[in-house]
Amino acid sequence: MGEPGTKEILRLEDLEASGGIRTGRKHILSILVENKPGVLARIAGLFARRGFNIDSLAVGPTDDNAISRITLTVDGAAHPIDQVTKQLHKLVHVIKIRDLEPGETVARELALFKISCQDGDARAQVMQFTDIFRGKTVDVSKRSVTVEITGTDDKIAAFENMVRPFGLIELIRTGEIAVSRGRSVT
Amino acid sequence: MMRAVDAVMECLKAEGVDVVFGYPGGANLPTYDAFVDAGIRHILVRHEAGGGHAAEGYAKASGKVGVVFATSGPGATNIVTPLTDAMMDSVPLVAFTGQVRTDLLGTDGFQEADTFGITMPIVKHSFMIQHPAEIPRVVHEAFHIARTGRPGPVLIDLPVDLTRAEIDYEPVGDVRLPGYQPTTEGNSKQIRLAAKALANARRPVLYAGGGVISAGASAALTELALSDRFPVTCTLMGLGAFPAPHAQWLGMLGMHGTRAANYAMDEADLIVAIGARFDDRITGKLSEFAPRAKFIHIDVDPAEISKNVPAHIPIVGDAKNILPKLTAEYRALDSDPTRLEGWWQRIKGWQEKHPLGYEDSSDGEIKPQYMVQAMYEATNGQAIVTSDVGQHQMWAAQWYGFTQPRQWINSGGLGTMGFGLPSALGAKVARPDDDVVCLAGDGSLIMTVQELATCVDENIPVKIFLMNNGYLGMVRQWQELFWDRRYSSVKMGGSPDWVKLAEAFGARGMKIEDKSELVGGFKEALKEDGPVLVDVRVSPEENCYPMIPAGQAARDMVG
Repeated sequence: MGEPGTKEILRLEDLEASGGIRTGRKHILSILVENKPGVLARIAGLFARRGFNIDSLAVGPTDDNAISRITLTVDGAAHPIDQVTKQLHKLVHVIKIRDLEPGETVARELALFKISCQDGDARAQVMQFTDIFRGKTVDVSKRSVTVEITGTDDKIAAFENMVRPFGLIELIRTGEIAVSRGRSVT
Repeated sequence: MMRAVDAVMECLKAEGVDVVFGYPGGANLPTYDAFVDAGIRHILVRHEAGGGHAAEGYAKASGKVGVVFATSGPGATNIVTPLTDAMMDSVPLVAFTGQVRTDLLGTDGFQEADTFGITMPIVKHSFMIQHPAEIPRVVHEAFHIARTGRPGPVLIDLPVDLTRAEIDYEPVGDVRLPGYQPTTEGNSKQIRLAAKALANARRPVLYAGGGVISAGASAALTELALSDRFPVTCTLMGLGAFPAPHAQWLGMLGMHGTRAANYAMDEADLIVAIGARFDDRITGKLSEFAPRAKFIHIDVDPAEISKNVPAHIPIVGDAKNILPKLTAEYRALDSDPTRLEGWWQRIKGWQEKHPLGYEDSSDGEIKPQYMVQAMYEATNGQAIVTSDVGQHQMWAAQWYGFTQPRQWINSGGLGTMGFGLPSALGAKVARPDDDVVCLAGDGSLIMTVQELATCVDENIPVKIFLMNNGYLGMVRQWQELFWDRRYSSVKMGGSPDWVKLAEAFGARGMKIEDKSELVGGFKEALKEDGPVLVDVRVSPEENCYPMIPAGQAARDMVG
């Protein structure tokens, strides 16, 4: 076949696909939304209908009462994150989405562990672990201790591993929230 | 001070609305009271779904926002199908639904339905009114959202007590929505890169969808195509964006597209998708779709880019802005047009070997493909054609040869049977000086035939050319081809008598069974002042070919 003739040569083979890529890691999406009726239902419905999974979800007010922040964690191995964020952006009430870079982010989650402690020995061990994890004992009964742990989900998982042998009665987690490091606004 | 509903009317007028479609009920009585003095034409449809589709037809024919009113509960649930249809085909619509009084909300009151919740996944946006004072601003926001960016349906749910409230009305100026700012211009670096890719492509194809028509970019598409000898194909929704008789036209692509179009996509080295979304009816088996191609994807909706097929050069923006820039950049590159000669030889080979065809009857039997050709002849190819869904829709797409944008109005994404007649009604209201023909299927037409009463009462002279094969033809075809001819619930039988039915509505009915009478019969129907239904008896078991069986690749076309 003929030559292009143009001086601006571009080999089509060199063009790379620019979207639809699975990163294989966890993504924390920090989303600012207008505080309007149904906004959470719209987001939840969007995820359900497009087959996206939400790993954790935290919703709360911001310093501006017209605006709320939703922090979502999504598995980048299961979905192309660009498609998730682009679909979210189509919601009129979504103002801003930031896909937080793991290295540039401080993420925290609060977990409440209710742990079975049959005797003082078990209680002492649990409270020792709690100290090591910089947690707080928030409630004690004859046969249980309730502990508050704050940290990344890795830290919470590690604590869970330590106390599970005592008998975990309940574990309640808030879902992760995150903020970008440094002066820049999340 | 004025009633909130009177403010709604003022807002509609400020938005340039002079006609709406709708149906009254208990929860929108105040609104209907306001219509009495509003000076807006309200067309009373005979079913809310008809109203929704009529508003779609109006929007598609005019490019303006279609407006539909329905009451609460069943009125609202009856517009669920048109709203979904409008969402799938990006039709700008504003729907006003009545809602029960605020003190009854959530109590399962009479005719209460969670309209806001039910419609959430099928609208571009929706509003649940909570304070009467917000109504004027919301109406303008709804129109703004419906018509800008990628168009779509917007719903406003109006509790009846709030619509009666007195408010201070002041005309609303600019609409500002912090979370809604569509990108329209297109990144100039990306446009330059796209031009460069085009200049270096040896087997390019322009693949245009309904977005080109929504954007008003048909002329710009033609300009781009003619800046070199770029072959052009359109989706079902894009037909009319490029003139079918043109030498660079490959025909429609996809499941019932031409072999030339599908084979060209299969062998292309560069595909420029413009306002198209790589629907499964286009791609067939995704993993084998256009395996040699790189993709430039131009769309105003960034979420469409790389959704189904990863794009190599994404360009977000309005095709009407982007295409002229792309054409100018391409021209500046001074590419050698002779490089496309080999490609055109290949394409012409397919076109000669596999033209669209059918075996015509030797007696008077009317082949459905011939019926579309006769329709073309009788209308000089100038009519606005609406259709229902199924075989007749595909034959219309293949055989009518659309030359103008907004000439072909059909339900593509959702595939809604019964779309044809009400959308024709809406199209005729929008463009009264054009011939509007509804090419109907006999299965589809009866789903919304009640709108013939609307056409008669409101003197909307649409012409219904009914392709009557006595079957749910497309389902029958699939049962024949893929289910061992085990016909299950596809025979429509002899009911109704369509001529009598048309006459019962006060329209004219005609019946044609011999092909020699077809063109003359259509011309006669077109001359008639009022609505006409022409019952055309066609070969009952004709199949629509060519065809890519569902889930297969372009190379696997049959027929």
